[in-house]
Amino acid sequence: MKKLSPKITQKIVFSLLSLATLLAMVPVVLIVLIIIKNGLGAINWEFLTTAPRNGMREGGILPAIVGTFCLVTGAVVFAVPVGVFAAIYLNEYAKKNWLTRLIRLAIINLAGVSSVVYGLFGLGLFVIFLKFGASILAGAMTLAIMNLPVIITATREALANVPQSFREVSLSLGASKWQTIWHVVLPNAIPGILTGIILEISRAAGETAPILFTVAAFYLPGFPTSVFDQVMALPMHLYAISTQIPNIGLDVRYGTALVLLGVVLGVNSVVIIIRARLRRRQKW
Amino acid sequence: MLKKRWNHKKIFEWGIEGLIKLSGIVSIILVGLIFIFLLKEGISVFKIVNPINFILGKEWHPVSKPPDFGILSLILGSFAVTLGAAIIALPLGVTSAIFIAEVTTGKTKEMLKIGIEFLAAIPSVVIGFVGIVVLAPVIQKVFDLPTGLTVLTGSIMLSIMAMPTIVSISEDAITAVPKRYREAALALGATRWQTIWRVVLPSASGGIVAACMLGIGRVIGETMAVMMVTGNAPRIPHSLLEPARTLTSTIAAEMGETVQGSEHYFALFAIGIVLFIITFVINFTADLFLHKEKV
Repeated sequence: MKKLSPKITQKIVFSLLSLATLLAMVPVVLIVLIIIKNGLGAINWEFLTTAPRNGMREGGILPAIVGTFCLVTGAVVFAVPVGVFAAIYLNEYAKKNWLTRLIRLAIINLAGVSSVVYGLFGLGLFVIFLKFGASILAGAMTLAIMNLPVIITATREALANVPQSFREVSLSLGASKWQTIWHVVLPNAIPGILTGIILEISRAAGETAPILFTVAAFYLPGFPTSVFDQVMALPMHLYAISTQIPNIGLDVRYGTALVLLGVVLGVNSVVIIIRARLRRRQKW
Repeated sequence: MLKKRWNHKKIFEWGIEGLIKLSGIVSIILVGLIFIFLLKEGISVFKIVNPINFILGKEWHPVSKPPDFGILSLILGSFAVTLGAAIIALPLGVTSAIFIAEVTTGKTKEMLKIGIEFLAAIPSVVIGFVGIVVLAPVIQKVFDLPTGLTVLTGSIMLSIMAMPTIVSISEDAITAVPKRYREAALALGATRWQTIWRVVLPSASGGIVAACMLGIGRVIGETMAVMMVTGNAPRIPHSLLEPARTLTSTIAAEMGETVQGSEHYFALFAIGIVLFIITFVINFTADLFLHKEKV
């Protein structure tokens, strides 16, 4: 057999590559379209503003929305300060040594630990050892730890993008290291840090396994009054009505899936917009 | 003189820098804490069953009397689902990454990257839900099965979830190959594909291997989707068309029913230890591959 000419080989390979990419993209488009198509009909004012009724077969999902809001807020409050400070350490203070290498390894591992193992950890540490019980506090802290790598990575990237000359000018004017970070480096890194925070919001809103044993209630129509209360949450609710309750209307399930997907993808779109603007604005 | 230097500002600065350093090592502390708490809660199960029987025991009957705590069927369940997902996701993911990084440009490239990002953002419970209502009925019909919740269903849904990790990290690795390598090859008369195949891919291979490992790590650790679509039967699967149960879904499905401090409770934490060690080894090795490249 004659060998194909390199030009023709390239043509064949590139078409195969584009075909594979197309195939890889089909699921995301399909999932989003199927959920929008089937879920849109279920969404109305009542669905978004009332509690579930009749064994969750009717009514709305408000308590789950409120619960997810509480958990996400809590996760951001706990994770952002620690994550931003950790990124500052890595980018501004850390030297190239074994400790830095160890920290990097730890972050990669935090990002790789199974979500259900975070659930176990949260149960062991917060619910039982610290006696928070199954509560917003325990769930939010578990989610915060799980999402720490997201914040650290995004912030670190943002800090690394601030030109070294900015720091040098500030230091040469007599500012201390911290003053330089606070007044010069951080303000220039804010959009990048924001991206990390928003990504954390999207992750925290969608996670189920970490809140399974630490906070989530199967059915709890009221609203939380303190951080030691249990709450319902959107992903947990979708899991419950998809697998635990027989004879439930498909539209209620699709509706819940659409709200959850809408929150997560909406938040992610904000990230994409911020990043696009940032790229246009950055002059240095 | 010395006293004067220790004014408020200095103390404040010293405090802040201390806090920053503490935050820096928080990740290490957390990884340590996770392991300690898994160990603390899980180790007690080894008073009842020795570690070898725990790993290699075929029977998982945690609530019968006397209970059986053998997780081999769960390990093989995880293995089967992961293998299936890897067979689908690795070739597709790596080829997509090559396409996005080297072939496309401009708007198409942006759109594809946003698509991958959206895919990464879809919560696993939503993927599981779609698996139940859309894919499972199709699988059941096509193969004429009693249930559509099988290893194959799980593998397909998980391959979707592994894709973003594989694509984005491989793409980073390919893009990181210095431009002059490509220019040199092209200047010698190589076609773009020859350049990609002979020059770019070999230099990005470490990163691509790491991407594949991290993708597999994600599949092993994935919980909700796999619990919803693989049927949860705790026995060794003999084909892709049987239900199975994974390590992760066992913990998620059973923890709610256990009594705190019971043998069953300890056993579930012990499964957590096994999972933690597996993902630790995968991430550690992947990091070695990534690190090697930089040197």
